[in-house]
Amino acid sequence: MNAEPIPAISAQQIAGTAFGHDEALVEVRDLTVRFVTRETTVHAVNGVNFSVRPGEVLCILGESGSGKSVTLRAMMRLLPPRRTRIEGSIAIDGQDVLALDKRALGELRGGLVSMIFQEPMTALDPVYTIGTQIAETVLRHKGGSRAAARARALELLELVKIPEAARRLDNYPHELSGGLRQRAMIAMALSCGPRLLLADEPTTALDATVQIQVLILLRRLQRELGMGTIFVTHDLGVAAEIADRIAVMYAGRIVEEGPVADVLRAPLHPYTQGLLASTVHGQSRERDIEAIPGSPPDLRRLAAGCAFAPRCGLVQSECHAAMPEPRYTAAGRMARCVRITQAALAAAE
Amino acid sequence: MSATADQRDIGGPAQPLLIARNLAKHFAARGASKSARVRAVDDVSFTLFKGETLGIVGESGCGKSTLARLLLHLIQRDSGELIFDGEPVGAPRGITVAALRRNVQMVFQDSYSSLNPRMPVQDSVAFGPFVHGRRKSEARRAARDMLVKVGLNPDLFGPRYPHELSGGQKQRVNIARALAIEPRMVILDEAVSALDKSVEAQVLNLLRALKQQFNLTYLFISHDLNVVRYISDRVLVMYLGRVVELGPSEAIFIQPLHPYTRALLGSQPSMDPAHRIEQPPVTGDPPSPIDPPSGCRFHPRCPFAEPVCAQRSPELGAWRERDSHVAACHMLDPASGHSKAMQ
Repeated sequence: MNAEPIPAISAQQIAGTAFGHDEALVEVRDLTVRFVTRETTVHAVNGVNFSVRPGEVLCILGESGSGKSVTLRAMMRLLPPRRTRIEGSIAIDGQDVLALDKRALGELRGGLVSMIFQEPMTALDPVYTIGTQIAETVLRHKGGSRAAARARALELLELVKIPEAARRLDNYPHELSGGLRQRAMIAMALSCGPRLLLADEPTTALDATVQIQVLILLRRLQRELGMGTIFVTHDLGVAAEIADRIAVMYAGRIVEEGPVADVLRAPLHPYTQGLLASTVHGQSRERDIEAIPGSPPDLRRLAAGCAFAPRCGLVQSECHAAMPEPRYTAAGRMARCVRITQAALAAAE
Repeated sequence: MSATADQRDIGGPAQPLLIARNLAKHFAARGASKSARVRAVDDVSFTLFKGETLGIVGESGCGKSTLARLLLHLIQRDSGELIFDGEPVGAPRGITVAALRRNVQMVFQDSYSSLNPRMPVQDSVAFGPFVHGRRKSEARRAARDMLVKVGLNPDLFGPRYPHELSGGQKQRVNIARALAIEPRMVILDEAVSALDKSVEAQVLNLLRALKQQFNLTYLFISHDLNVVRYISDRVLVMYLGRVVELGPSEAIFIQPLHPYTRALLGSQPSMDPAHRIEQPPVTGDPPSPIDPPSGCRFHPRCPFAEPVCAQRSPELGAWRERDSHVAACHMLDPASGHSKAMQ
């Protein structure tokens, strides 16, 4: 840890587990993901820590290349094993995900943990009806008869509010509209009662009037089923609609974390502040938008120090020395910025 | 620069730069029955004034991209009329398609696939002026100037290939290429939609600055209502190939008239976790533009639909002047017979 004065918060709080008495459902510690080829190494995720309680929605917010999807995929071990170096630890419901063998991994995926993707057309199998695909998942994890699995599939389509569900069971993915396809994928993800749902930009490809329907549906199902959820998005508005907590990623690190209202109303990190300012939302038409200058760093050549420093308007010499350690202004309210000590801690007094 | 723009101006500032009258484009639907037609653009009329930014919003399948392609003659219209600065496009005594394209350029959403991957970007930018008759050396010089104007150092970025640039940089190149032949109007078809928010803001600022500098008129197509509100003077809302509402930007966003526009605005995430949207404003997906619903195309999803909505197609009210705010809804027409119609 850094020698800066930080408020008295126990080590347990800093580890992020001291919220009520719940055991964490997910514990990710010092996660590092590198993609190695003969020519180069891409440092996609660089020491990520977070935890999710049962029934909680954590939004990982970041732009393309920030490592948010890679983090999610690492949790399901979906990354190509030969080219990927994963370090650190991922525990889901007490299981060490990185140590699981192939069979145990098969049980985990779709059983304890489910994932939904941005593009349902590529995530669903085009040559099977959605009824068959959902029933197959149920049979694989829960056993029982085909008829029972099909009945469960029908139940699930009704749960996700697909109109005329009985007829839709025998539809192929291409016969459904984008919104219905996304609902079908959610139905499949929920088929075995997962305790953790991983959602990778599931509403990004949808139209506005459909996106809000799917968001409201996901929010309701998540609450009713008590699923812990990690929701990856680049859209601040979507995060505001669904998140309990937000973790902001930049260049493979979580640079800020906290309850959704705190992060959106009083962002601590200059990157989060810049992201909010540059998101067009009712700005005056007379003035330019306060854009963040420059572009994100090259993950093949990450310099020492804060990765945001080259684009930061508040940069100081200290920023280039080393990536600032997490600093807490309150339990669960973190930012990795050297300015936290002076500004926010004074305000917290 | 503005002096040359004035020279090209034929009808004076009051004459609209582009008038579209009753444009229609139907496609044969693949796989469906023989008579099935995709009514991508159906009876669309609007006026684009000199120096303004007209935003076009709508969901996928509403025909906004087809409309853009019709305006540039990238696809042929089935019927309707296009008038560029007083001259009918493609008509015997009007302006030729080639001349139209010298005046109107387009920037697409996918910044990578719209650049030639085997060509250094400076050559891509120089290609337009060269094809339109400038000498090679002159075209190169114009390309370098234009790269500077979009914020790219031509010595550093000019010799690079598209894959060596970031998404934002590639889109800057596309903008430079569009402007290299000094057009009067630019169609931006979801030009910032694929960019990250921080980069999107940079490109929006750039577009606003260039519009000033080169005296441009923009047609800005996007699904992002916040961006459209920020950049547009007037907004046109499309639904399933039809114009449902047209008016000044602030009027549309503060006082939307059409139930669809209201639903679209109400579907925007709140940005405030304390005031989340609890009920979706409309249910269901937009229907397919193949054989769209009868009458008002929004009626199957409209909370105010009555029998008249399925029977007759509402007219887009009388559009008189620049600031007219009109919408195609039976509730706005006292003679329609709709019970909620304004008397």
